[in-house]
This record gives sequence, structure tokens and C-alpha cells, in this order.
Amino acid sequence: MNRPIRLMAGFLAVLLFALLINITVIQVFQASNYRDHVGNQRNLLAEYGRERGPILVGNDPVARSVVTGNTLMYQRTYSQGPLLAPVTGFYSLVYGATGLERTENQVLTGRSDLFFVDRIHQLFAGRRPQGGAVTTTINDAAQLAAFNGLGTKVGAVVAIEPATGKILASVQSPSFDPNVLTSHDPTAIRAYYNTLLANPAKPLLNRPIVGLQPPGSTFKLVVTAAALASGQYTADSVLPGPAVYQLPNSTHLLHNWTGKACGPGSRVTLRQALAISCNTAFAWLGVQLGAPALQHQAELMGFNTGFAIPLHAATSVFPAQLDKPQTALSAIGQYDDRATALQMAMVAATIANHGVTMLPYLVQEIRGADLSILTTTQPKAFATAMTPANAAAETDMMVNVVQNGTASNARIPGIAVAGKTGTAQTGNSSPNVAWFVSFAPAQSPKVAVAVMVEDGGGTSEITGNGLAAPIAKAVMEAVLQGGSR
Amino acid sequence: MRQSNRRGTELMLLVFALVLVVLGMLQVGWATGTAIPTRLWVTMALLAALAAGMHMVVRLRATYADPILLPAATLLTGLGLVMIYRIDVANAQRAVHNNITPPTPDVYAQLTWFAIAAVLFVAVLILVRDHRRLQRYTFTFGLIGIVLLILPLAPVLGHTINGARLWVRLAVFSFQPGELAKIALTIFFAGYLVLKRDSLALVRTRVAGVGVPRVKDLGPILIAWLISLGVLVFQNDLGTSLLFFALFVSMLYIATGRRSWLIWGAVLFAVGSLASWALIPHVHERVTIWLNPFGYAADSGYQIVQSLYGFANGGLLGAGLGQGFPTLVPFANTDFITAAFGEELGLIGLMAMLMVYAIIVERGMRISVSVKDSFGQLLAAGLSISVAIQVFVIIGGVTRLIPLTGLTTPFLSYGGSSLVANWIIIALLLRISDRARRPDTQAPAMDDAMTQVVRRV
Repeated sequence: MNRPIRLMAGFLAVLLFALLINITVIQVFQASNYRDHVGNQRNLLAEYGRERGPILVGNDPVARSVVTGNTLMYQRTYSQGPLLAPVTGFYSLVYGATGLERTENQVLTGRSDLFFVDRIHQLFAGRRPQGGAVTTTINDAAQLAAFNGLGTKVGAVVAIEPATGKILASVQSPSFDPNVLTSHDPTAIRAYYNTLLANPAKPLLNRPIVGLQPPGSTFKLVVTAAALASGQYTADSVLPGPAVYQLPNSTHLLHNWTGKACGPGSRVTLRQALAISCNTAFAWLGVQLGAPALQHQAELMGFNTGFAIPLHAATSVFPAQLDKPQTALSAIGQYDDRATALQMAMVAATIANHGVTMLPYLVQEIRGADLSILTTTQPKAFATAMTPANAAAETDMMVNVVQNGTASNARIPGIAVAGKTGTAQTGNSSPNVAWFVSFAPAQSPKVAVAVMVEDGGGTSEITGNGLAAPIAKAVMEAVLQGGSR
Repeated sequence: MRQSNRRGTELMLLVFALVLVVLGMLQVGWATGTAIPTRLWVTMALLAALAAGMHMVVRLRATYADPILLPAATLLTGLGLVMIYRIDVANAQRAVHNNITPPTPDVYAQLTWFAIAAVLFVAVLILVRDHRRLQRYTFTFGLIGIVLLILPLAPVLGHTINGARLWVRLAVFSFQPGELAKIALTIFFAGYLVLKRDSLALVRTRVAGVGVPRVKDLGPILIAWLISLGVLVFQNDLGTSLLFFALFVSMLYIATGRRSWLIWGAVLFAVGSLASWALIPHVHERVTIWLNPFGYAADSGYQIVQSLYGFANGGLLGAGLGQGFPTLVPFANTDFITAAFGEELGLIGLMAMLMVYAIIVERGMRISVSVKDSFGQLLAAGLSISVAIQVFVIIGGVTRLIPLTGLTTPFLSYGGSSLVANWIIIALLLRISDRARRPDTQAPAMDDAMTQVVRRV
């Protein structure tokens, strides 16, 4: 009877071996396939079962995880709601993550390699990893000033610390409330999201960094920098500034927004042309300098480069291979020129920072779960766009714009403000875009701001001064009064 | 010659098993952030005390018994307690989140069952001083087995849970008599086959190389087949049905050494399977889900799909005790407890646990080879086979190797009947191995059974 027993024992061993093989196939070879199945809740539960680290403005956790009463253990809440939505983004059950929630996910979930030691510790301790914290560069006073300044207008504000590239404010209007999108109620999330999608003002667009608009007259700052860089022009160079300029090789006529010549005898200095935003003079100047020179200067200041701050900003455009009439229009920020508020803030910051363009950034520090600082972002130069002398000369010209020119609303008593208005035509039907870029104090700049108001109305430079400049002023005052953090 | 009885080895392994269990409990508490309640410390102490008690009884009453079986079964039972506790914790945490009263923890009930199992284990070792005595009651056990099997169908006692009529409800607790029927019927098969093996081994004619037994010898296998189908039809229990038939055919083969019985068994199995697939909607549904579980992921395939997700989440190393989501799988602490282990201990942990089962089965088969009386041989083999088949059917089911059938996972699953029955199996195996390994000084007493069986196959 022993032989059948041994054979049967062998057969039972085969059965157990089959189990082992099958389990190996499931747990090793098919595991990643099963993990990615749509119906598999485990990824979601794992992600929501972990305490996600906070996003901080200063020491204030503006995005944090709170324990909930349902199966998903943690819910994300945003103490400032719409105010910081373009910075924090949202972390949604249904629509995934955006903003810093998306780009800093590895840190916030604690999966970043920065936490290697922590994770080893957690592996042996057998606890779920805790997320790290992200400190932003945002200055809460500046952010709030910009938000209140925009109010119900459609637009965006970006403020930068010129010396470092720190983004002090990044505001959009209309914004949205990330708290609704991070609820655990998919029906409510979908309903709210669809409302946002249906809104023609596109609140889900991260306007400060991806909203592209023609920069209009604010682009004259770039042309001025190119003119100074050419060595052929100074602030006192005299340019032709007629009321009407016929574009080269074209019958198209370009008018000044005042409808008048820019100076006596249709002649105007570069300083004065900038102060009164003389279109004909700058169109002429652009053609004289040539498209390649303008393109080169624009690119040194950040055009045609996509920046990750670490949120991906849209690439601002100065087109290549322009003919002369196109160059003339591009020189006044029209034709195919497109810029984000971030880009125009970078232009102002470059002039303010003695000609050095700094890489803009939004993440100041990455901290561990215990809030100890793991890394601090070091400021980095993107390019040297101007000589210090030319930057000083242009600063001087911009101060003149505020003191004597189109930007009277940006004046701050006792502080020299450098600025430039702009009004861009976006087509025949849609309203114009009002711009204002500025920095202050002019001699030792602490803040550079770009304000873009999309439903500007009117064609006059007064629009930029009227709508956008007061917002810029409020942001600059907020930074200067509070000091940078 | 003085033979080492290896009781020291047993004790050492037992301590090792208990240490693993305590570490598992601590890990659950640590990972889920819950303090280990005093009651659980008492539970662990009781587990250790019961294991120590069983060890002492083995020392006194089955001195030469196999030293591996007791620690192996203790380890599996302890790990079962760990996982049942872990799932208790998860259920309690969820209840707190939902602001409802936490359900009664199952781990303490399971410990109570383990205490009962330990008492019965001791009772078997003390009352059954020689396994050959059981042979005298062959037909009594057969009767008991049949009665236990059909008891759930009785009008007042019987009770249907989750669509299968397997339970008997007495006062406050319900019991699955099928688990005990398994043991009674194994004893019956062993005794019966020892009597009939010679005639069953006769082969008169051959068809295509396959022996054809005499029609009157086909009786037993046909009866076993019909009873299995009866269990399936009337109690809706695919697993038990499969287990009984496979057990009987295996024992028939061992008793006779005729491979033709395996072939006849396979043919009858195929016919029975096809017929029940075609005629019984419940079986048909199981097969459909087995072939395409993801097509029914939201309803009837939910369990198996969640089970597979659990295994996948565990991967090679496992999520770690207390860190997976085993409660996403329905019946996480009974039928699907393997999925919970797969998720939290990973492939490595599950392989180790399957190896413990393999050790139990292999030791059982070795006892079967080494004991000298045919009844003991058949009984040891039958008990081991029943454990092995049960493990294969349930773990194969939850891992989608074979269609899912409801069986408990021996020693691990929450449920008293299964735990008690499997511990009785261990007691019987120890009793037989004690006889097998006993030095030959007491030889004169053991020839009554032997004289019946002189033929070696």
C-alpha cells in the first residue's frame, strides 16, 4: 500500500505547487496589471489613507489634510479657497490633481527620494509614510492685495521678487474654490466642475501663468532694452513720432492711440516716446532694430521658453522670421506677440534686477513630516538680458512713465515707482486687454508686478492706467509695507 | 535501542510559532495605530497556555508522536487569530468613521473555539489510546458521518447562510456539521476499505487498458458519488461535495493500488461536473465568473475580483500587516482569508504559509507510510488528503486557479466547526504517528490487524 501513498503524496505536492505557481503569477507578473484596473479602489484608498503633507504660505498651512468620517480617511481642505487656487491647485477624487498638488505630489505623499531615510525607517517600523510639506514663495499680503484688486474683473496678477525670481503673488480672476473639488462627493464635484467648465471666463485656466494675451504697449519695454543694447540709441535719442505711420512695404496705417503726433514736428525722444507710449515711434524703432534683435532681446527676458515654476507656464511668444510690417506691429506688442502675466512680470523684474533675468519659482522649501527643512530653492539666473547701465537707464525711463507719463495711478507717495501701461487689441470683437507692469522702489526694487485685465474695454492707454495700475500699486504697497518674507 | 522522542524539538518549534504570532499582533497594533487591548494580551496568553497544555498531553499520552504537526497547526491557528484581529481592527475603525457601533470582534470568539478545539484534541488523545480501536466502530462512524451531513437539512435545526444550507443552529451558536462529517467519513472509508480492498482490487476484464471492476464492486464509488451530488443539490455546497468525492476516490486508490479507480473517479467527476454545470444554475454561475471575473466585477464577480486586487496589492513583499485593505474583499476573515494574507504578507508570506500546509500534509503522508496497520495507513492518508484537498480547493478558488467554492481555509479561517475539526485531525494524526514511531518493545499487541493484511501492493 506504500506505493500508492507515495504517489498520492506526490500528487498532493503537485496541487500545492500549482497553487504556488498561480499565486506567483498573480502577485508578481499580473500585479501591476491588476493594480491599474479602473475598478481597483486600492490605489485611491492608499493615497487618501495617507496623511498628505501641507502646502504652506509662510507658516500658514493653506492646504492640509483633515481626517474625515468616511472610507477615504483624509480630505484636503484649503483655508484660503479661491485666493490661492492658482498656486495650490486641487487634489480631486474625480479630476486628479493640479497646481502644486500635482507637481509636488511626490513630496506631499512622502514618496520623494528626499525622504529616503524616513522611508527606510517607516519600512521597518511598518507605518504608512507621512507626507512632507511644501513652503511657497507667496507673500500673503501681496496675494490678497492682488485678489482684492482684481475683484470681479477677468484677469491675472503676478508679482516677482526681482533679485531672486521668487513669485510673491499669482492671482487669477475668476478663480474657483478647490474645497468643493476635493470633497469626497463625486456628484457634487462633477456638478461644480461642469459649472466651472461652462463659465466663458474659464476659471479653471491658470491665468497668471498660462493665460496668453498680446502684451501691447508693455512690450515696448523689450524694444527699449533692445534699442539700448544696440548702442545706437539712448534715452535722449530722437525718433520720428508722427500721428500716423505707414508700415513698410504696406499700405497699412498705424495710428497713435491719441490720434496726434508724439511731439512737436512729429519728433520725440525715446524717453518721451515710452512715457506717452508712442506707437509710431516704437514701430519705426522696431523696424530699425530688426526682427532678429527684438527676438533676441525678448528671448533673453524669457519669451519662447516654457518655464516650470514648477507648475508649467505657457510659453510666451515672440515670433520668428518676421517681415518688416510684422516687425513694426510686433514692436508694439501686437501681431503674434503673446505673453503671460508671469512673462511680463519677468520683463519688469529683469530691468529691476540690473538686467539679470532670474528663473521664477514658487517653491521656497521642502520640509519633512516634522517640518524640518530638507531643501531650500536657490535662486538661479536664466540669462543676462541687459547691461547694468542700460537697465539703470531704462529704470529711469520707467520712473518717468509713472511720474510724467501714462501711469499716474501707480504713484506711491515717497517711493519711486517704475512702470509701463499697455492696452492690447485682441481682435475686432473681443474687448481689449489692459496691462500694467511695474516695480518698486526704483533704485532698490523689492517687487515687480504684472497686471493683466482681460475685459479692459476701450483702446486708450488710459485703460491700462485706469484698470491695471491701481492693482499693481496695491500689490507693491503690500510687499513694501510688509517686507518680503 | 532508545529512540529520541523529539518532544524538546516540538516545544522549541511551539515557542517559535507563538513568538511569530505575538510579533504579528504587535505589528497589527503598531501599523494601525491601535493599542493592543488587555483582552488581546490575555488572548495571546491563553493561546500560549492552550498550546503548552496540548504539548504536555502529547508528552504524556503520545510520547513518540510527530514533533512538527502540533507547532505547525498552532502557527497557522495563531496567524489566523492575527488576521482575524487585524480585520476586527479595520471593521472597528470603519465603524468609528461611520459613527456606528463597532461590530463584535471575532478574534475572541475564535479563541473560544480554539479552546474547545484544544479540549477535543486532548480528549481524542486521551480517549483514543490506540487508533485501531476506531476501526471497530467503522459503520457507526459511517452512520454518524451521514447524519452529520444531512443534519443541516433538518427542518428546525438547519440554517442557511449565504445561500448554502450547511449550518446547524443550536441555541446561540451555529455549527457546520459537514466539517465533523469529514472526519467521521474518513474513519468510515478507512475501515470499510480495509475490509473490502481485496475484492475491490480484483480486475476481471480490461477495456483499452483500463480495468473494469465487477458491477457489484462499483457500488461504493457510485454511492459516494451520489452522496456528493446530493450535498451539491440539496445543500448548494460545491466545495464539500468536491472534497468528499476526491477524498473517497483517493482512499479507494490507496487501498487497492488500482489506477483504474482513479480513472473511474475522474470519469464520474467529469460526468457529475458537466451535469451540474448544465443543470444547477448556481454551479453554472460559478464557472461563468471563473472564466471572466472582470466581466462581473460589479456584482457576482465582485468577491473574486477584489480578492485578485488584494493579491496584486500585496505583490512580492506584501503591504505589511495592518497596511493593506483586506476588508475590501467580502468574507475577508473566512473564505477569503488567504487574500488578506496575500495582500498584507505578500507572495513571500503566503508561500511560507503554504509550505506549512505542505509540511502538515507531507508529515501526514509520512505517518501513513510508516504506520504498520492498513487501517492506520488509510486513516492517516485520508486525513492528510482531506486537509490538502481543502487547501487546494479554497486557495485555488480565491486565486482563480479553479472555480470558487465555499470551503474554509484549515486553521486560518474564522469559524468554530472548521477549527475544531482540523484540530481533531491533528490529534488523530499524532495518535497514529505515536504508534508508528513507538519503539518495538510493545510489539506483541499489534498483530490482530496485521494478520488480516499480508499482501503488499
